[in-house]
Amino acid sequence: MADSHATFDAIVVGAGPAGSAAALALARAGRSVVLLERGPFPGSKNVYGGVIYGRILDDVIPRWWEQVPVQRWVVRRATMVLTETQALTMDFRSQAWGAAPYNGMTTYRADFDRWLADKAVEAGAHLVPSTVVTGLLRDAAGRVIGVSTDRPDGDLHARVVIACDGVNSLLARQAGILPQADATHHVLGVKEVLRLPREVIDERFGLRGDEGLDIEILGGTGGIAGGGFLHTNADTVTLGVVLSLPELAAAKRRPETIIAELKAHPAIAPYLRGATVEEYSAHLIPEGGYDAIPRLHHDGLLLAGDAAGMTLAAGIWLEGVNFAIGAGLAAGRAAGRAIVAGDTSARGLASYREELEQNFVLADHKRLRLAPGLVLSHRLQRVYPALINDFMESMFTVDNPEPKPGLVRLLLLVAKRHGVRLRELLADALRAARVYR
Amino acid sequence: MNRYPPVSLDELMGTVDFRVGERAHIVVDTAACRECALQACVTACPAGLFIPTADGGILFNYEQCFECGTCYMICVAPGTITWTYPDGGYGVVFHRG
Repeated sequence: MADSHATFDAIVVGAGPAGSAAALALARAGRSVVLLERGPFPGSKNVYGGVIYGRILDDVIPRWWEQVPVQRWVVRRATMVLTETQALTMDFRSQAWGAAPYNGMTTYRADFDRWLADKAVEAGAHLVPSTVVTGLLRDAAGRVIGVSTDRPDGDLHARVVIACDGVNSLLARQAGILPQADATHHVLGVKEVLRLPREVIDERFGLRGDEGLDIEILGGTGGIAGGGFLHTNADTVTLGVVLSLPELAAAKRRPETIIAELKAHPAIAPYLRGATVEEYSAHLIPEGGYDAIPRLHHDGLLLAGDAAGMTLAAGIWLEGVNFAIGAGLAAGRAAGRAIVAGDTSARGLASYREELEQNFVLADHKRLRLAPGLVLSHRLQRVYPALINDFMESMFTVDNPEPKPGLVRLLLLVAKRHGVRLRELLADALRAARVYR
Repeated sequence: MNRYPPVSLDELMGTVDFRVGERAHIVVDTAACRECALQACVTACPAGLFIPTADGGILFNYEQCFECGTCYMICVAPGTITWTYPDGGYGVVFHRG
């Protein structure tokens, strides 16, 4: 670190999924790359809220599923809609997801991120942990030529810098690429990892061996827009909530009390009986969607992962780590090509954006650009959970000698009771059809 | 009957590994806090690090910080919270994140 004149082909800031994927792609292309991580080890600052989908690794790490540090493979995927006393659950199970190439996994980021960073190191990347990048270095023309760090004589120079420094990306904010603070496009995730014996988890959730369950929850967040999640690890269960920042601030509620309420919900509590807290954690999630994604390529600089707001929060799909890996790989490849071609200007790096538009990273975000607005909308968050639960309750309540109501009539009746008109029901149905077209 | 007594924030924070550095990575301008009627940070910070004081200000302790960013995102007076990362290797260390 002492030689401030040392020149690398590339510097990657942040050894999360985006950064390690970028470093891996660069190292594989024969480029010299430094991977800087502010934590003592990759993953030590990172938190996720559900499931990691690994197929993006198929071409990069053949048979990755045989070595990835998995907790459980998700074979049950449930969506739960809660009111204080009711729960409607749609529960899907597929045994196909329990065999190679699998679908989703649960893991711990301290394990997963370290594993992916190790892949970059094996390919030749230089991992430097416990090092904070404090700023971008620029030449007179303003192009990025390196980074300053908190190490003595810690300036590092490179042809390309790839900022994968996470949701609070200091680099993107210092460079004016992201707004200084942007509460409306972020949610707070808080979760508890709860210890339970493995066989108890298997029994309570109907699982065997390394099978896992993921439940996504609408409602149960104390009236604050957001949602909940519960998923199984080998011998722990993770329960958490994501909370709209402006609504959390306005509600003057403490995040851990909202988790506590969800834990005590009659549909959740029996799953967690006897569990003890192993770790409490919190992290922000960028949920602005496509329209909040900043410009991704600049002179000498690329952005990937949470630093570029690439978390997909589309209600039925909640993904992030796969997007970070996909973007990181594309950034690393684009940087490698630009370095070889001798043009690391924004124009020389533009193939990054083009590749992301071709594959899922930007295509999914673009297709679902209206989803964050729908998912956090007033009626979906505050009216429909109670409406749908009351409808189910009326439908399944046998109150003889009253005859059964017609279901369409019942729906309209329940909707009216919740202050929703037919016109609004139809408008929301159309809106959903447009969002998920 | 409450079969599952809620876990206190202190107990929750006791489950988290912090490697406390000497430098406070977040600095709060408490004079600005005294002018703030909202003080949303007091409730929203998931680690409960913003403590209201008798004189209407805020007492902030950086030592058990998740480095999540909630405080500066929701703060209504730009510049009140100077937010950086802890020095390399210090701060929160998640093992089950």
